[in-house]
Formats: sequence, structure tokens, C-alpha cells
Amino acid sequence: MTTDISPAAPSPAPPPTAEAKPGRQQTLIQEILSGSWLVTVLAIVLALLVGGVLIAFANAEVIAAARNFFSAPGAFFSTVFSTVGDAYSALFRGAIFDWNARTPERAIRPLTESLVNGTPLILTGLGIALAFRSGLFNIGGQGQVILGATVAGFLGYALSLPPIVHMLIAAVGGIIGGAIWAGIAGVLKARTGANEVIVTIMLNSIAGYLLGYLLKQSWFTHTQSANPQSRTIDESAQMFLLLPLPFRLNFGFILAILATIFVWWLLERSTIGFEFKAVGANPHAARTAGISVAKVTVLVMVIAGGLAGLAGATQVLGTEDKLTGGIAGSIGFDAITVALLGRSKPLGTFFAGLLFGAFKAGGYLMQSQTGTPIDIVLVVQSVIVLLIAAPPLVRTIFHLPAPVLKRKES
Amino acid sequence: MSAQTLDTPTGAPTKVVAPIAWKYPIVYSVLALIALIFFGLIGRAGDTTFRIATGGDFFAIPDLVVSAKATGLVLSLILVVMAAVSIWFATRRDDLGSWFPVTFGIVFVLSFLAWAGGGSGGVIPLTTLLAGALALSVPLIFGAMCGLIGERSGIINIAIEGQLLAGAFLAAVVASVVKNPYAGLLAAPIAGALVAVVLTFFAVKYWVNQIIIGVVLNVLVVGLTNFLYSTVLTENPELWNSRQKLPNLPIPLLSDIPILGRVLFDQNILVYIMYVVVIALQIFVFRSKWGLRMRAVGEHPKAADTVGIKVNFTRVRNTIMAGAIAGLGGAFFTVGSGLAFGKEMSAGQGYIALAAMILGKWNPKGALFAALLFGFSKSLGNTLQSIGTPVPNELLLMLPYIVTILAVAGFVGRVRPPAAEGVPYVKS
Repeated sequence: MTTDISPAAPSPAPPPTAEAKPGRQQTLIQEILSGSWLVTVLAIVLALLVGGVLIAFANAEVIAAARNFFSAPGAFFSTVFSTVGDAYSALFRGAIFDWNARTPERAIRPLTESLVNGTPLILTGLGIALAFRSGLFNIGGQGQVILGATVAGFLGYALSLPPIVHMLIAAVGGIIGGAIWAGIAGVLKARTGANEVIVTIMLNSIAGYLLGYLLKQSWFTHTQSANPQSRTIDESAQMFLLLPLPFRLNFGFILAILATIFVWWLLERSTIGFEFKAVGANPHAARTAGISVAKVTVLVMVIAGGLAGLAGATQVLGTEDKLTGGIAGSIGFDAITVALLGRSKPLGTFFAGLLFGAFKAGGYLMQSQTGTPIDIVLVVQSVIVLLIAAPPLVRTIFHLPAPVLKRKES
Repeated sequence: MSAQTLDTPTGAPTKVVAPIAWKYPIVYSVLALIALIFFGLIGRAGDTTFRIATGGDFFAIPDLVVSAKATGLVLSLILVVMAAVSIWFATRRDDLGSWFPVTFGIVFVLSFLAWAGGGSGGVIPLTTLLAGALALSVPLIFGAMCGLIGERSGIINIAIEGQLLAGAFLAAVVASVVKNPYAGLLAAPIAGALVAVVLTFFAVKYWVNQIIIGVVLNVLVVGLTNFLYSTVLTENPELWNSRQKLPNLPIPLLSDIPILGRVLFDQNILVYIMYVVVIALQIFVFRSKWGLRMRAVGEHPKAADTVGIKVNFTRVRNTIMAGAIAGLGGAFFTVGSGLAFGKEMSAGQGYIALAAMILGKWNPKGALFAALLFGFSKSLGNTLQSIGTPVPNELLLMLPYIVTILAVAGFVGRVRPPAAEGVPYVKS
């Protein structure tokens, strides 16, 4: 594996076309058409279309209507539209606003559920984005989330401390757990050049087995239950709710916002962040300029792991209330796509995390109400990221002009 | 570092002697001591039964019943002697060859098994253990071969996982619809190759980071197969997802050899294809025009281009062919094992295949042994779980991953990937 993995979407920049100075209005239109955010929006639209085709294809009614396509093409199209429309409207009602709900609380609950689902994705995604920017590919989000959840959960029921303090200590424990786990990969990379992709993949598996082992030990789980799960987290260690009970939105979301600001500050305003980016852009040049690449590698992984560990902590202390084998779900892997969608920028990752959190929340309702499996969300997400990674492809599909070179860098 | 002469500032050549390589002797000594103390001296009372025969043997070999402690002691003493030999060879700066670690490993595992089987009264089914190891290795070996061809051509293929899963899916569906397992065998490579087509399309045409596409493709395949499984396949499982099993084709005479014969030569056609693929690759990668060109494109594409090799065409063709191989490996999950398709049934094996490839230093032979090591330790974990031993199953299952990390970190020997892998080739 090569060591210099360039940050997100190192696609070739097509040569600038607008050499002559166009009119002001024309520039504006061109900028809108060639802007990266338009590509993002179009990618999402295209991915939803692909998902729609799949939903229609897998639906028995649509297949039945397709058999009579030549006798009644109108019926076929209306079946397709109603099937896909039902699925996507359920997705929307599950993710943003449920207009079918009986109470106003239930109507806006989906939005908060999206935030709850987005929280660990944002935190882990930030860690992965940070590593991307520094030229490291951290696939180990999963393992780091597991370690974070393990340590935070254990501290959450093994200690007895006053409220808030207990929660904060458990959360810090989660950060340390994730940081150590990622730090292993960082130190090995810095000292021996061991490829971080492989090491973090291996650490993911090891973390899974480690948690599986610990959950069978009664000294660890503090319970005699035969199920591989821990005792419930103490009330004092749980992340407090931001809204009254039917809502699950908790302090973890505030942590996600704070972490986003922290990573933004780190990358954009701090000296160390500058070193991170310098190593990411060109490690040889950075070394020549006197930056210790080894130090940066370790530090980036430790911070990235800390963020993922915090995600694990919010998961166990905020959303779930006990440690189970499936505590990390697929957060670590989903977060990779979140970071890619967010183009490895803190704010982008934040919104990408919210979007994927919304997909997840909406996916549950879609599955229960229309029978469309939640897995379609995975397809839509991965198509989005594939398209975003190759902006020229999206531009070709929609016949958009190539981007104008901005003067911002000078 | 071998011995060489250097010119000192004074001008007189001095002989530089290579330092003694203490790494391996230390590892051997530590392992031998562990075996001596835990399996030999402390030991466990009781007998260990090694069951060699399986149900359908031509002539039954009686179970081998040995005293756990005595066997552990004898085997661990052999290990101590071997460790001493390795130290002696190291001080003489001699090479021990590759048979030594293999023998050491086998003796160590046997001493461990003797210890693990003692006391619990459990029977260690040797043949089942080895057959399980091979079965668990088959997808890994196919996957590792796929990754190897890709990376030797300069394309990092993280999507092996997705290719295995796609192969498993299409093999199950086609075999079920046609009601013939061999039809699934023909379909599986197509699925794997299709994933590779997408991979190379983005990697070669749009220069997208290959690791990124690989990861995303894995998610995409999981999403697609899960979705189709939950909708189409579960609606009518008799049509779309009925079980089909490739029949075992025992090779006459060879399959009658006790233990190894039964394990290696009483298999279905997929396993025999695997033998052929590994042997063919071992020859062709290093001794054919195709292999030379592939390695040239992966190591120094510019030089290859200069002599008229079409770099991107070679990469795309090889990676797609490799995808077909991985797809075949995926077929082992379904038609190869006689199972219906299940959600995410590749369960991360593609990533392990990637690790096996690296552990095997991008050589077919090495990757084969690495994959077998993974398969064996998993099979060992399963066996020990069923007979119940003091060693937690999870810790045993972790072992291959830890070994891989140590390998990648250079403790087992430095690994060097093909120089140009992951770098898009742009003609300038």
C-alpha cells in the first residue's frame, strides 16, 4: 500500500476553460453550475433516482404492472410513482417531519431522531476526515468506537460519582480508549511504516473480539446475566436529555457540535493543524520544512481515535443504556462515507453526518411502514459518495461546465 | 545485510560482518519456554484423545489416546531443542530455511492441542479440524489471489469483500433458478468482475483514490445484496434462494490417504479450481510474459509504457480478471458449502484476504500459507469452543489479526508493496 493517500476526491481538475473574462452575470451562472455544492446536490438526486429504480424493481405490484406494460403503460408508471413515492415520503416522515403523526411532539420527533442518529456519525466522521486531511486513511473507526464505548460504558457503571462529573469522566475515558486504539496504528506507522489501512482493519476485528470476550466476564459486565451484555449505565453517567422524554436527543449532540468547532479550529486556526495539512499535502516537503512527520502521524491518529471514542461514549452513555456486542453498529464504516461526503471538511462532515443520520432514522420508518428494506439507504449513500468522488462524471451526466479556477488561494 | 567491504577514510578496506539476527531465535525461545512451562511442567492431568478417523473411512484408524502432561512435556522439550538449534544457527549467521518455522509451528500447535484436550475429556478431531481449516481458507485464498493480481498491476483492491459477497449472491441466485450448482459457479466470476469494472472505471478513468472506491463499493454491494435479499429473495425463496451444493468429487487413490488425503482430495470442484489457480499464478506471475508485464506496470508504469506496454489497459484487464477470481471465492460461501445466501455472509473475509496477501508478501505461495494460517486458527477456535478449554475462544480468534499487525509492522520480516500501486497512471 502506498503511504501517500491524498485527501478526499483527488480527481483531476479539468483545465480551466474561462480564460477570457466573461460578463459578471455569466461568471455567476458559471460558478453556480460548476460549483462543488451543485455536484453534491445532483449526486444526491441521482442516488435517490437509482434507489427509486431499485425500490420499483423489487416491488411485486410494479412487476405485475410491468407484465401489462404494453396494454396499460399508464398504470405501470403510476404504480412505479406511487411505490417509490410512498417509500420516499415515509423516509422523509421518518427523518424530518411526520405530518401523519397524532401529536405535535410526535410530528417533530423524527427530526430529533435524525440528530440522535447523526451524532456518532459526525464524531467518528470528524476523526476520519482529520486523518484524511493529514494523508492518513483511518478505516479503524469501528474499532475505535468499540473501544470508546467499552471504556466509557465500564466507567459508567463501575464507578459511583456525582452526576455530570461521572458522565464527563466516563466520556473522557471513552476518548482515551479510542485514542489508544488508534494510537497503536499511529505509532506503528510512524516507527515502522506499517500501513495504517491494514493495521486499523485488523484492530477493528481485534476490538470486536475483545468486546465479545469482556462481555462474557462477570467482573467486567457487573451482572450475572447469561446474555453478553453489561449492567445498565448509572443514572449519573447518562448523558442528560436536551428535551423532555419522548425525545431522545441528548448532550451527545452538543458534544458533536463542540467537536466540529474544535476540529475546524484545529485545522484552520492552529499551528499543529497547519502541520497536519502540510503533511497531508506533501510529507516530503513537510519534512524538509522541519515538521516531524512521525509526530504528526501519531498525533493525528490519537485525535482521530479520541473523536471516534467519544462517538462510542455518546452511543453507550446517551442512546443505548448498556454495553452490548452490537453497540457500535456499523458506525465506523458509515462514518467513512460521511467523511468522504463531507469532503473531509469539519462543517461538511457535520452536515453529511446529519444527512446520513436522517437517512438512518427515516429508513426505519420506511421499512416498518412500506416494507422497503432499510438497506436501500446503504445503496443510496454509497452511490452518493461514488458520484461525489468523481465530480467530472456528474458534470458529464448533466452536461455541466468545468469549474472555474478560483482566486481564493492566492 | 550481508558481509561486504567498505573503504574506510584511511583507505584500508575493513570487513563488515553482518550483525547476528536475534529476532527469530528470541521468538522461538519465548514460544518454547511458554510451551515448556504451561503445556509441559504445569500441564493438565488426564488424557487427550486425537481422533483421526472420520465416519466414512475405508479402514478406521483407532483414536490416539495420550497423556496430556507427558505429551506436552515431550513436545515442548522438542521445541526447546529447536530453539537452541535456531540460536546456534543464528550465531553462525546461517539460514535455517523455511521448513524450520513450519515444523516449529506444527509441534507448537500439537503441544498446545495436547494441553487443551487434557482434563476436559474432550476429543480433538484432527481431520475435522484440518478440513474446517481448509474450508475456511478457500474464500480467503481466492480473495488474496485477486488482491495480489490487482496490486501487482498497480490497482489497490479493497473491494475484495464486495466481490466475494457479490459472487456468493449471484452464485446462489443463478444456481437456485437453474437448479444446478454448476450454473452458480459460472455466474459467480461475472459478479466479481462487474465489481472490478466499476472499481477500474473510477480508478483509471476518474483517478479517484482507489481505497475510497474500494470501501464505498463494499458498502454498495452490501446494500444491494441485503436489499435484494430482503425483497426478492425472501418473497420466493424456493425460486431465488434454494440451497444448491456442489457435489464432492473424491480423487481416486489420493483421497484414501488418511487425514491429508481426505482433507485435500475429497472436495468439490471449487477447491480443485483453487489449487489450479494458486499453482498457475505462482508460475505465471514470475515466469511468463503476462506476469512480467503485470509486474512492470505495477512497479514502474512509465518504464513499461516506454517499451510499449499499454499501462492502463493492462491494469484494467488484470483487475477485472482478478475480480472474477474473487467472485469464484464468493461462490464457496453459497454453492460451495451448500448454503442459501444470507445477509452479509462474507463477514469481513475480504479484508482478511487482503491481510493474507500482505502477510504473504504479494506472492501466491506466501498468500496461500497466510490464508491457511487464518483458516486454521479460526478452525482451531471453533474446535476448542466445542470441546471447551481454558483458553477463551475470542483470544484465539484474535491471534491471526495480531500476527498480521506484527507482520505489517516488520517484526516477521519487512514487506514491500509494488511501487506504483494506487497511483493512477497519466501519460504526460
